[in-house]
Amino acid sequence: MKSTFRERRNRRIALCFLLPNLIGFLAFTLWPVIAALGLSFTSWDLLTPPRWVGVDNFRQLLGFHRDVGGWVANDPLFWQYLRNTFFLMLGLPINMAGSLWLALLLNRKLRGTYLYRLVFFFPSILSGVAIFYLWRWIYNTDYGLLNTLLATLGIDGPNWLGSTRWAKPALMLMGTWMSVGGTSMILYLAALQNVPKELHEAAHVDGANAWQRFWIVTWPSIMPVTFFIFTMGLIHGLQSGFDSAFIMTGGGPNGATTTIGFYIYQKAYLRFEMGYASAVAWVLFLLILAFTLLNWRRGGRNPMTT
Amino acid sequence: MRKRTNWDGLFHLPLLLIGGTMLLPLVFMMVTALSAPGEAMKATASLTEMIVPRSWRWENFAEVWDIIPFGRYYVNSLLVAAAVTIGQTFTSACAAYAFSRLQWKGRDLLFTAYMATMMVPFAVTMIPNFVAMKMLPEILQQLVPWVDWMSLRVLGRSSDDPGVGRLVGLDSYFALIVPLMFSAYGTFLLRQFFIGIPRELDEAAEIDGCSHWMIFTRIILPLSLPGLATLAIFTFLGVWGNFLWPLVVTNQSELNTLPVGLLSFQGQYGTEWALMMAAALLMLVPVVVIFLCGQRFFVSGLTTGAVKG
Repeated sequence: MKSTFRERRNRRIALCFLLPNLIGFLAFTLWPVIAALGLSFTSWDLLTPPRWVGVDNFRQLLGFHRDVGGWVANDPLFWQYLRNTFFLMLGLPINMAGSLWLALLLNRKLRGTYLYRLVFFFPSILSGVAIFYLWRWIYNTDYGLLNTLLATLGIDGPNWLGSTRWAKPALMLMGTWMSVGGTSMILYLAALQNVPKELHEAAHVDGANAWQRFWIVTWPSIMPVTFFIFTMGLIHGLQSGFDSAFIMTGGGPNGATTTIGFYIYQKAYLRFEMGYASAVAWVLFLLILAFTLLNWRRGGRNPMTT
Repeated sequence: MRKRTNWDGLFHLPLLLIGGTMLLPLVFMMVTALSAPGEAMKATASLTEMIVPRSWRWENFAEVWDIIPFGRYYVNSLLVAAAVTIGQTFTSACAAYAFSRLQWKGRDLLFTAYMATMMVPFAVTMIPNFVAMKMLPEILQQLVPWVDWMSLRVLGRSSDDPGVGRLVGLDSYFALIVPLMFSAYGTFLLRQFFIGIPRELDEAAEIDGCSHWMIFTRIILPLSLPGLATLAIFTFLGVWGNFLWPLVVTNQSELNTLPVGLLSFQGQYGTEWALMMAAALLMLVPVVVIFLCGQRFFVSGLTTGAVKG
């Protein structure tokens, strides 16, 4: 009897502690997720009441129809923007390799390591609107820092943000500057400090050179962290790109820097197609879910909760 | 063993180079912000002139406050970021206590549900939350008719007095603050910190007759100050830089936060790069101050949950 009383009392107390967060969680996360799913089956311009349209939004978004030349996407823009999103995410492995390299350099514990770490980390906390304006100025064709730098090397720099060819690489370069010394570098540094020293010494005695020691000892030991950074990077990358595109390129030129996140904003707040925007958002959600589960299965466990 | 050469000097070379590359854009930013009107847009084609100031026009930083309601944006940003930080730290700490210190049925299931929502993209919840904010004043007007929920308020009587927005709904501080006050990530982070505190402490306190609220406020919270500071710092920086949500829920200029407010600046003075960079730098001041003061919390915050496991 006593234990059930205690249990009930505990549950009541737990509820009291949980309540402030739980209300917000239900009202601003769980309910909106469900509501967005409901909205994605409607057509709604905010002025007239929402109209149930079944799977029309999804058919329009993901479907193809037969045209003179063959199969054509119903919404070619979506596929273009999805490609853009993935293209920009190619920066992720590059940045991760850079972060690992920096971490390896810093892990040698040279004099001034503390200062280096501070400087490398600095850009990542500054990221945001202010920094996007800065990079817009850096990429200025005539007076920007980058093209002046290139000019001193005798290279005639392109109109970075204004050309379909260079806009994406420009955003990726900015991304590298912002994130290479950020979270991933710190995580790699922490992971490197946990690599057992004995293994390194044993490999050294066996005659392995630094390069071999890295692949035999270090790389397998830091694999969980690599997985973690990669998964987080995927989740983040799939939904990112709005702020930078809005400030720096307006999604252009010719939609070259419009990502899925930006497309959702356009549909919802410029075209007032709330139902369609919700459908795109849910497809994005499912995409993230799929990638995470895939990664999770391969990694064996979720490093976030263990 | 063979004698090992000291290669340290060699490793400093890439480190210095990268460090320089990291700082170069920021130096350029500072130099531009200090330049005289029109100076930035002169074809110089000389790198040194871009990283060594030709003029020290500190007035640029003062001018920013005059040509747009920069002060108002600043106050809004500080207010919103502080309110969200306090709210989120509080709700997260309470929930983290329930998830780490109390035994109850369904605890682990609910915690997993919390964790799962960290995967939900903001874009999904943004639209329903926006719609809810849009409809909230009308709904409340029906329910509680004697309060004026609909109209935008001004502080004084005249129409050019600064507005303070609605009580709730679009163009309100409510919309800027309240939806951001609840975080699964914060709950997770603090739970990790709480778990590290020895249970013997609260067991002893319970025997001494302490209630859970007392254990929470007198033992757990004081012992997890680093965790609270970590969450507070991350939340503040996150909200300070938040752009999309304030962009969609505010129209009225008086309610703009800095990131959104800068848009009007760009519209009017888009090619005045000196002023633009001065404004951007001013926006970064709190970020830098917090970073320099709270450095040690960054590492603990970033590595919790990733490496511990």
